[in-house]
Amino acid sequence: MKAKWWIAGLTIALLLAIISPLASTFPDGLEKVSEDLGFIDRASEAAYGLMPDYAFPGVENKAVATILAGILGTLVMLGLGFGVAYVLKKKNEA
Amino acid sequence: MHIPDGFINAPVAVTTGAVAVAVVVVAVKMTNKKIGEKQVPMMGVLAAFIFAAQMLNFPVVGGTSGHFLGAALAAILLGPWSSVLIMSAVLVVQCLIFQDGGLLALGANITNMGIVASFSSYYVYKGIDVLLKHGKTGMLVGAGVGAWFSVVIASLLCAAELSMSGTSPWGIALVAMGGIHVIIGIGEGLITAAVLSLIMATRADLLKLQVA
Repeated sequence: MKAKWWIAGLTIALLLAIISPLASTFPDGLEKVSEDLGFIDRASEAAYGLMPDYAFPGVENKAVATILAGILGTLVMLGLGFGVAYVLKKKNEA
Repeated sequence: MHIPDGFINAPVAVTTGAVAVAVVVVAVKMTNKKIGEKQVPMMGVLAAFIFAAQMLNFPVVGGTSGHFLGAALAAILLGPWSSVLIMSAVLVVQCLIFQDGGLLALGANITNMGIVASFSSYYVYKGIDVLLKHGKTGMLVGAGVGAWFSVVIASLLCAAELSMSGTSPWGIALVAMGGIHVIIGIGEGLITAAVLSLIMATRADLLKLQVA
């Protein structure tokens, strides 16, 4: 019997979101280069902040805030990816 | 490699923004032509997986980290045009909800990590797959090398955009960005090949969903 492979895929994605507080806090490639070459100060603050730094608002515990933001983002992406594909498939059949 | 606002100037932002919009419009048409029932859950799960995996920065050298990009994985599983759509969706959500990557730099980020990363990895993958006669080895080696290439080429394009914006001199930006991403790209290659080999071992039929 064919297991629902996409449930397995989604489970893996959610597990990654749950362990996301373990991510390295070192700056990424571009950020490090901008520090080393002295142009990091050119970065401007976002015009607004919904969940900057992948932290769910109003949650004191940093790890929990990251996990919640990660799960939310993962589910938003699932819905968006699925939604876009569904609409394109519908148009295809029409 | 998400460019924040302030790193690129208006002409570069407008040009890359126009490129991003034009290519995404074509990607919608190309995907729409061939998409079927089976591709719908794959697009959803890939978008979710890529978003989550991008959160997990791994340390590389000299106090720097890198993270999975995912364009190669999406391009190999669904084709480069669908990959452009998935990557653009991820980058838009990261920008709008999580303020990762600038709003004015969104076009540049989509151009680098969505468009160029998807197509470059796809064609390197295809080339190696043909050379190694479409075997399992060809697929995994092609995926690994293609994924590595996608990160390096995207980082060089990012450096070029910084230089064109007058943020950093050409030579210095290219060497610095290329140098660190040659290493970060190894992680991309390993993760991409690992995910594909997992799919190969469990649901090899899912490797035949390329639409556009």
